[in-house]
Amino acid sequence: MANMNLFAALPEIVLLVAACVILVADLFVPDERRNVTYGLSMAALVAVAAVLWLFLDNRVLTYAFNGMYVADPMTSVLKFFSVLAVGFMLVYAQGYARDRGLWKGELFTLTLFALLGIMLMISANNLLVIYLGLELQALSLYALVALRRDDARSSEAAMKYFVLGALASGFLLYGMSMLYGGSGTLDINELARRVATGQVASRLSLVLGVVFVIAGLAFKLGAVPFHMWVPDVYHGAPTPVTLLIGSAPKLAVFAVAYRILVEGLLPLAVDWQKMLIVLAVASLVLGNLTAIAQTNLKRMLAYSTIAQMGFMLLAMLSGVTKGDPAATATAYSAAMFYVITYALTTLGTFGVILLLAREGFEAEEIADLKGLNRRSPWYAFVMLLLMFSLAGIPPTVGFYAKFVVLQALLVDGVTSAMVWLAVLAVVFSVIGAFYYLRVVKAMYFDEPVASVAAVPIVATTDMRVALSINGALVLVLGILPQYLLKLCADAVQRALGG
Amino acid sequence: MGNTTPWLSLAIWIPIAFGGLILAAGRDRNAGVIRTVALAGSLLGLLVTIPLWTGFDAATAELQFVEKAVWIERLNAHYHLGIDGISVWFVLLTAFITVIVVLAGWEVIESRVAQYYASFLILSGLMIGVFAAADGLLFYVFFEATLIPMYIIIGVWGGSNRVYAALKFFLYTLAGSLLMLVALVYLYTVSGGQFGILDWHQAKIGMTPQILLFLAFLAAFAVKVPMWPVHTWLPDAHVEAPTGGSIVLAAIMLKLGAYGFLRFSLPIVPDASHHLAGFIIALSLIAVIYIGLVALVQADMKKLVAYSSIAHMGFVTLGFFIFEPVGMAGGIVQMISHGFISGAMFFCIGVMYDRMHTRQIADYGGVVNTMPKFAAFFMLFAMANAGLPATSGFVGEFMVILGAVKHDFWIAAAAATTLVFGAAYSLWMYKRVVFGEVANEHVAALTDVNAREFLILLLLAAAVLWMGVYPKPVTDLMDASVKHLIEHVQQSKLPAATAAQWDR
Repeated sequence: MANMNLFAALPEIVLLVAACVILVADLFVPDERRNVTYGLSMAALVAVAAVLWLFLDNRVLTYAFNGMYVADPMTSVLKFFSVLAVGFMLVYAQGYARDRGLWKGELFTLTLFALLGIMLMISANNLLVIYLGLELQALSLYALVALRRDDARSSEAAMKYFVLGALASGFLLYGMSMLYGGSGTLDINELARRVATGQVASRLSLVLGVVFVIAGLAFKLGAVPFHMWVPDVYHGAPTPVTLLIGSAPKLAVFAVAYRILVEGLLPLAVDWQKMLIVLAVASLVLGNLTAIAQTNLKRMLAYSTIAQMGFMLLAMLSGVTKGDPAATATAYSAAMFYVITYALTTLGTFGVILLLAREGFEAEEIADLKGLNRRSPWYAFVMLLLMFSLAGIPPTVGFYAKFVVLQALLVDGVTSAMVWLAVLAVVFSVIGAFYYLRVVKAMYFDEPVASVAAVPIVATTDMRVALSINGALVLVLGILPQYLLKLCADAVQRALGG
Repeated sequence: MGNTTPWLSLAIWIPIAFGGLILAAGRDRNAGVIRTVALAGSLLGLLVTIPLWTGFDAATAELQFVEKAVWIERLNAHYHLGIDGISVWFVLLTAFITVIVVLAGWEVIESRVAQYYASFLILSGLMIGVFAAADGLLFYVFFEATLIPMYIIIGVWGGSNRVYAALKFFLYTLAGSLLMLVALVYLYTVSGGQFGILDWHQAKIGMTPQILLFLAFLAAFAVKVPMWPVHTWLPDAHVEAPTGGSIVLAAIMLKLGAYGFLRFSLPIVPDASHHLAGFIIALSLIAVIYIGLVALVQADMKKLVAYSSIAHMGFVTLGFFIFEPVGMAGGIVQMISHGFISGAMFFCIGVMYDRMHTRQIADYGGVVNTMPKFAAFFMLFAMANAGLPATSGFVGEFMVILGAVKHDFWIAAAAATTLVFGAAYSLWMYKRVVFGEVANEHVAALTDVNAREFLILLLLAAAVLWMGVYPKPVTDLMDASVKHLIEHVQQSKLPAATAAQWDR
């Protein structure tokens, strides 16, 4: 029992209990009182966030469940932002879900279970636990995508997501089995030790395992060439679910990639680094170029996600330097900062889409944003900040995300081949800026379409407040990024054992 | 120094705070109040720059009015401000032009007044930030952030083709400045995690990285200046921007690029600057001669002035890269003078445009008959644009040519053709627009300038004449800094081992 150390898993335990309670309690809540479920879910999230907030100060690395589970500052930070993202998602979803008859108990319980899966992935220190977390998250999300079961596009998206997702999970599991076959262990720490000391049955099976693991993770991230599901699922899923898929799971995949590739298989970096380069470059090129052609905002954001994940992978792969621990920490904290700011910005972007949606009107074409500045200067300004943040223009937080990645790439100096990756990244950032600017153009330069010009923007108070906070965060963190940068740096430092 | 009041911070943040206030609280039905608040903000912004001038110590090339505080500890970036004899003039120029711009839009802008004034005030603070930043990251943040308000200004209040122009402006400049970002990150790495621009001035860098850094800086600054052949965004942006936007663009934003050469390219990579000086001189001369000829054939007045701006900025870069003190000082004087003259020219065109709603030269003729006061001012500015002695336009061009003669007679001879072309396009345009018989009933119906316009013209005319007749205060203040810069640029920064291979 000594090694169970249940206290370390307190956030998950709280969430699990809360999710089960809500699952049952919701049965007794009539449809018109669904706000009770909403309130309970928010209370659960606040409780988990509070626990995590206390854990943030805890600088030690704790193992639980006999080393299957790990809690350290990095997991606390990532989980905290995941909880934040899910909380924002529920607030933003309110109006949209009500109008479409999705404001049901399933939305809450499935979301909370997806969050539990995400948190489990973040804290997993064992290949099987990673897989369990991933499946819990993925199954919940499949069901959420299919929540509008009478909608053809939504069902198609769910089908596609499920089939391809199952395939990717298969890849991942197959890769994990090869890692197990090669090293004889499922534990990440033990795996690292055996790989480092050469106690492996077959290096070839490890390398093959890495190939499959990376393919599986690339699918979950939506990196090219495993990106085919992203535009359709983003487009087809109900917008709140798209928001969920686009935010917190990326944090989890980052954690898993870090756990397996860096903590477990750093000596094999020569093999996986090249794969990541291919994924990153292909994602940057294809994501940015294809996004230009989109007229649907959700599809455009899907391709922009692909490109953004390419940028994040650049930071991941630059961590493998000539054994300089400071440079390694810089790289992974850059990647972590990047996913966190990306999640934060994506939340707001979809929040604006949800704000503009009404009954029978999705507001998902770029043209639907036309003249937003006339209709609501404040939300147009929020969206402007979010778009410039995604494009990486200061003084928004997205700039520092790009900046730290470039810094990680150039840490070896001008002679390294990474310089060309940096130049490529900035060239595609310019191309990327084009489609973000087009959204700003629609909001500010165009006149509103006559049919919507007079329609007031209706939203609940909590949604208005949340969206305003979201926009303000992007600007405030853009002017004073020190706190978040330090949070990421310290967390990674600790995780690397520094 | 011992200054206790953070004048530079005030100069940056007062306009931004007023802009934020107007954005947050301003409603378009209170347009009058918004205008007054904006004017108050810009005047207050100008007021706090006056101590920068009166309290400036001309004897030293050190940074003055320094403010330094930790900004991003993790990146070792500082909120580090300071001005020398060069940047002080651009801070003053920016604050002055902001007042002009606020006045220039007074009755003209009727839609979204609050956002209009907020954009300009915020832009003004950001540009002062660029000139005052002594930290590389801070500089970049201000430099890039200026794109956002300018994009909005061109796109919302611009002419018929504004969307294209705004997008082109943004993407062109972004492409350049992102390459500079790579260069800044590289410098940060090689200097051992420093963002101080002055620390970078001391860094030893090999020749290959120097050339790459120079090219990266060139990408950013050449687009901003703009130099031939990356100038094509400027005529579009100028033509489509509202009058205030054109004034800010020509008077200040173009200077950001030229200023970048002085702060980054020349002192940080002096060897590459010398090595590639011939290339820059060639581009500058093409700008002076070829763009001068292009300006001659323009049918649109704003386009004509836009091209003349490119030609004049060619003079500035020429002045910098002949490495003569008088040439460099001339380039800087030319920058300041061009700020006044181009601002005035765009304002004059704006005055006519507000009445006639056309910028085509062919639609005008005989304006002097209906707007005599205006014609007199316009004459002065057209002459200044042509480089007539006793106007500020002459001083800078003369100094640059003087420097160029010392460097190479033929470069000077080629550069001097600007005096011919400048006179040709400015005066020919003036003749067609202002002189002659009244061309049509629209011109006949014109009314002369009102008190507000008269005041603006008077302020600009005073500045142009003051710099033309008595430029000594300007050159005196910058003298020490220019000398210091020239000396610094003469020292090789190559590591000793490789210095021998590269013959300067």
